[in-house]
Amino acid sequence: MKCRKCGAKASVNMHQHKLALCKEHYLEWVPEQTERFIKKYQMFKRGDRILVAVSGGKDSLSLWDILVRLGYQVDGLYIGLGIDEGIGYSSESHRLAEKFANENNLNLHIVDIEKEYSQPIPVLAEISHRGHGKPCAVCGLTKRHVMNRIARDLGYDVLATGHNLDDEAAVLFGNTLSWSGEYLLRQGPVLPSTDGLARKVKPLCRFYEREMTAYALLRGIEYIYEECPFAEGSTSIYYKELLNKLETDRPGSKLTFYLRFLEARQSGLFVEHNVAADGDLPTYLHPCPNCGQPTSAPGLCSFCRLMEKVKAESNAL
Amino acid sequence: MAVKLILRDKEYEVKSGMTLLSSLEKCNVNPESVIATRNGEMILEDEILKDGDVIKLVAVISGG
Repeated sequence: MKCRKCGAKASVNMHQHKLALCKEHYLEWVPEQTERFIKKYQMFKRGDRILVAVSGGKDSLSLWDILVRLGYQVDGLYIGLGIDEGIGYSSESHRLAEKFANENNLNLHIVDIEKEYSQPIPVLAEISHRGHGKPCAVCGLTKRHVMNRIARDLGYDVLATGHNLDDEAAVLFGNTLSWSGEYLLRQGPVLPSTDGLARKVKPLCRFYEREMTAYALLRGIEYIYEECPFAEGSTSIYYKELLNKLETDRPGSKLTFYLRFLEARQSGLFVEHNVAADGDLPTYLHPCPNCGQPTSAPGLCSFCRLMEKVKAESNAL
Repeated sequence: MAVKLILRDKEYEVKSGMTLLSSLEKCNVNPESVIATRNGEMILEDEILKDGDVIKLVAVISGG
């Protein structure tokens, strides 16, 4: 197969775009497309201070790399979750995030969950009895809280995450199966800032996971290849595999699924009740009296309730 | 000699002379879920695999 741009041997073939490219032209194409998506969805502007959440995985490190190549002002945030499970998962992902930052002379903020909140994620999950024996729910809740806190406290204009199209399509698939209207309404490339919540963007949301893997490999980015030990058998991975079967039979299905959803949302298929003015919280949300981040439940937010429970359990020991 | 395909801790063997795509289908590996490399270079579905080739398959799916 030949590169469409120069006729050299192609390294990447994207069936959904009917486009094959060699290494050199692929590594040019990805940042060009990312810039196009940043502008199309009005994610951020030149001069904005961007915080990218890095896990040590292929997507987040590639995102950081791409944004730096595009000339944006981007710092990283690594959250140490304290997941070991015999493979040193968190220590290895930490090492890789730091290695990337050091090699590229970039600024990386590090938050160690155990140091800040007295216990690593698996223990916090155990103490709180959340998540049916798996720490994923507590992990997600904690990461969202910390990312938002750091972005807000350090004055970043926007928080960028490395979610790719497969991530988005899997979430969309799950939310469609359960017709979770509220979640469908909020899913998109940009989550605007509201009182207490940082603006969140997903510049890689139109790249297939396969394309991001190809980018990391071709750029020589060392990333954590091992899966999080707790992700095994997860629903999101199951949905991704299902969608990849569909994609193999019908190239472009994943992209169409996601893009048609965004169009439908844009055209008003999903209707927001409790509408708020720009920048204000929707009326069903209010600021947590402890941390100030928005919550739908009365009183403390889920994260602060989790911390209260952990504190109470620790005091009882 | 045959062609060896390696995906994480699994190994598969296929006959030489097949394309990568046919080899993946034979091993029941979804081509959408992997990237294939030979001697560190990425190869595409139409590549004919030769005797003695060792193809490393990089899994692309992650997340939880």
